Amino acid sequence: MIVVAFVSFSLFNFVGDPVNSMTGIDASYERQAEVREILGLNDPVYIQFSRFLGNVIQGDFGISYQLKREVSDLIAERMPATLELVFVSAVLAIVSGVILGVYTGIHRDSFISNIILVVSLVGVSLPTFIIGILLIYLFSVILGVLPSFGRGEVVELGFWATGFLTASGLKALILPSVTLSLFQMTYIIRLVRAEMMEILQTDYIKFARARGIKENTIYYKHALKNGLIPVITITGINIGTLIAFSIITETVFQWPGMGLLFINAVYFVDIPIMSAYMIMVAFIFVMINFIVDITYYFIDPRIRLKEEAS
Amino acid sequence: MKKTLKIVLSFMLIGIFSSAFANSIKWSMPGDSLTLDPHAQNEGPTHMVSRQIYEGLVTPGINMEILPQLAESWVAIADDTWIFNIRRGVTFHDGSSLTASDVAFSINRARTAPSDMVDLIKSITSATALNDHTVEIKTDGPNPILLNELTQIFVMSEGWAKANNCEASYNWDAGETSYCASNANGTGPFEITFREQDVRTVFEKNNNWWGNHYAHNIDKIELLPIKNDATRVAALLSGEIDYTNVVPVQDIKRINSSSGHSVKMTPQNRTIFFGMDQGSAELNSSNIKGKNPFADKRVRLAMYHALDMDAIQDKVMRGQSVPAGIITAPGVNGHTAARDQRMAYDPETSKKLLAEAGYPNGFEVTLDCPNDRYINDEAICVAAIGMFAKIGVTVNLDAKTKSQHFSEVKEGDANGMTSDMYMLGWGVPTFDSHYVYSYLFESSGSWNKVNFSNARVDELVAAMGVETDLDERNAMIAEAWDITQDDVTYLPLHHQVVNQAAKSNVDVPIRMNNEPLFRFANVN
Repeated sequence: MIVVAFVSFSLFNFVGDPVNSMTGIDASYERQAEVREILGLNDPVYIQFSRFLGNVIQGDFGISYQLKREVSDLIAERMPATLELVFVSAVLAIVSGVILGVYTGIHRDSFISNIILVVSLVGVSLPTFIIGILLIYLFSVILGVLPSFGRGEVVELGFWATGFLTASGLKALILPSVTLSLFQMTYIIRLVRAEMMEILQTDYIKFARARGIKENTIYYKHALKNGLIPVITITGINIGTLIAFSIITETVFQWPGMGLLFINAVYFVDIPIMSAYMIMVAFIFVMINFIVDITYYFIDPRIRLKEEAS
Repeated sequence: MKKTLKIVLSFMLIGIFSSAFANSIKWSMPGDSLTLDPHAQNEGPTHMVSRQIYEGLVTPGINMEILPQLAESWVAIADDTWIFNIRRGVTFHDGSSLTASDVAFSINRARTAPSDMVDLIKSITSATALNDHTVEIKTDGPNPILLNELTQIFVMSEGWAKANNCEASYNWDAGETSYCASNANGTGPFEITFREQDVRTVFEKNNNWWGNHYAHNIDKIELLPIKNDATRVAALLSGEIDYTNVVPVQDIKRINSSSGHSVKMTPQNRTIFFGMDQGSAELNSSNIKGKNPFADKRVRLAMYHALDMDAIQDKVMRGQSVPAGIITAPGVNGHTAARDQRMAYDPETSKKLLAEAGYPNGFEVTLDCPNDRYINDEAICVAAIGMFAKIGVTVNLDAKTKSQHFSEVKEGDANGMTSDMYMLGWGVPTFDSHYVYSYLFESSGSWNKVNFSNARVDELVAAMGVETDLDERNAMIAEAWDITQDDVTYLPLHHQVVNQAAKSNVDVPIRMNNEPLFRFANVN
């Protein structure tokens, strides 16, 4: 975490001078110097960094240079949008990924499996923003059924503004979440398919078949259960990637989440928002990895057995 | 759950009814206003939003002519003293009446740090309310462009600002957020009823506005910023937005081909040009050592003749530019059609000039260019480099993001190396050449990074800053342009053009600064 904090912080020393965009093109040298002094940008880098680190530990990310509001407030405002988007995308990716993965794993050479695989190849190879724009053109401009941008109406539940409770909010979720989930979905399809194909060759499946257990029970109860272990691990880690990928999706769909906030901040060299975002994402990554490691321990009996044996 | 449902349903009902009875415009641009505090940011989109809710003593009209707004009339009683008579019967959105002390308070607020307007109105030394309807403004010596400057200064309510703790615009070191940054109380034709920054801002018609209600028929404006160009165009075509004042050049054809939409175009108040460091003894990035090729006028002229701006207009800008012969836009005092005539594209002359100057084999230099500031900025630089190569001058491109580009041009890079050649675009908020001269030509000008220095020009700049006789002053401006155009101080490229696109039934007048004035807009 400290490394990430330092790297992100030091990167920002090379993105340009925030004072120029803060004070406007007409500003005098004296005024720019004054602002620089107030913001402490004249101090050596290590002093700036330690001051920054000290504030962050107290949960204070500072004040946005451009918006002049508390960065922690801004992030708290934007976080629900991103988390809802990531949550829906993750569910979409996992559910449809597993279903399609099992199907293609069982019906290996069927026509439908081949179509699914070819389409999934497109999903991996096309960049997210192109997929997003294609979907917008198809569903908003040509068909006119889904909104091309924004979150629709939101309902405030305390500090959490949710789009789940209104029709326009749900409609607005469809395109961005599909766009965001597509990459992960294809990933999961391929993973599940490979696992299923491998497991269906193993001896215990053959024995199960020999014992006359129903095919469906074999597929879903015996084979899939074992195949899911690596899938869960990979998916868990990839949720972090979803958050990172959401920057692009949020920009294309003008989704008012943290990613959009970050992109706007980069544009204005708004260092407090940029560093806060980087640290937040790093924190989420670390937490997810930690949780996945723990779940792994609970799901896979082999790990527990090893521990007990030793 | 039942309660939420009720709330949702009532919202939907409100939505249905309000859209059935009101003329509304959904407006989109790439960014949002940074703050509702009218003095905290001297920035385009911020003023665009403020202009709908706040008003100034005077204001630019559709064609940028200066119109009275909160001042009914004014008179200069001495070279440095102006009297403004404040309009009667004007109320703020909160119902309080406008008085002269609100005006004086606002001007003083705008000229005190940390306001961002300080540099714009630095000539004002005091603003005082003489009585309820008269304000006296004093300047440090005569200021012929005071009215132009005042068009950018919005008037807020003194009582409201003081009650909400924003007597000064945002305080950098206090580390607190300002109430006035997210709330507004102006006298303008629209008031803000909802705002979520970067997401949605709702303006509703101010029924108590003093001005002409019949010039527009808009009841409601929704500002929905969309950063991505393709998404914004898609939202326009699918009918989710009605109007955008920022249209990507490559999509103009597509929007025009849609039956329900149309695009308007006008030259913008921004001219793009190259600067060449002609004052330094030696160029940092050149293979020529010991002397500076750009110091020789023949070299600068050769560079000029090498540029085929018609080709750039045609191929790079897809027709969306006006090739320029002067580095300031039409409409700015001092610009004339004759001065805007480009010298011929003539690479043969260029080669001859280079040979005469002692560079028959050309030379090498680096061109600094932004890649996200002006329309197709990097592509223009790439095209220009090809043209310079034809006359034997090898130009290397260094393109980067605008924040880095501008700080490197202004202050040099990390090693203190100043730029030898750079792209810059200049808009003129005051619509007067003095603004161009004091920044770009005066020896001490803060953006004079070509290190141009001419004693006569310095004299003229100082004189035109205080001369109040218009004819004499225009003669000075003309003389200054004669000198610098003959000297080829900068290489003019083109004037940018402004495009805006809207549904066919939405009529928002197009203005050269890209700023919509919804008080003149109509939905048919």
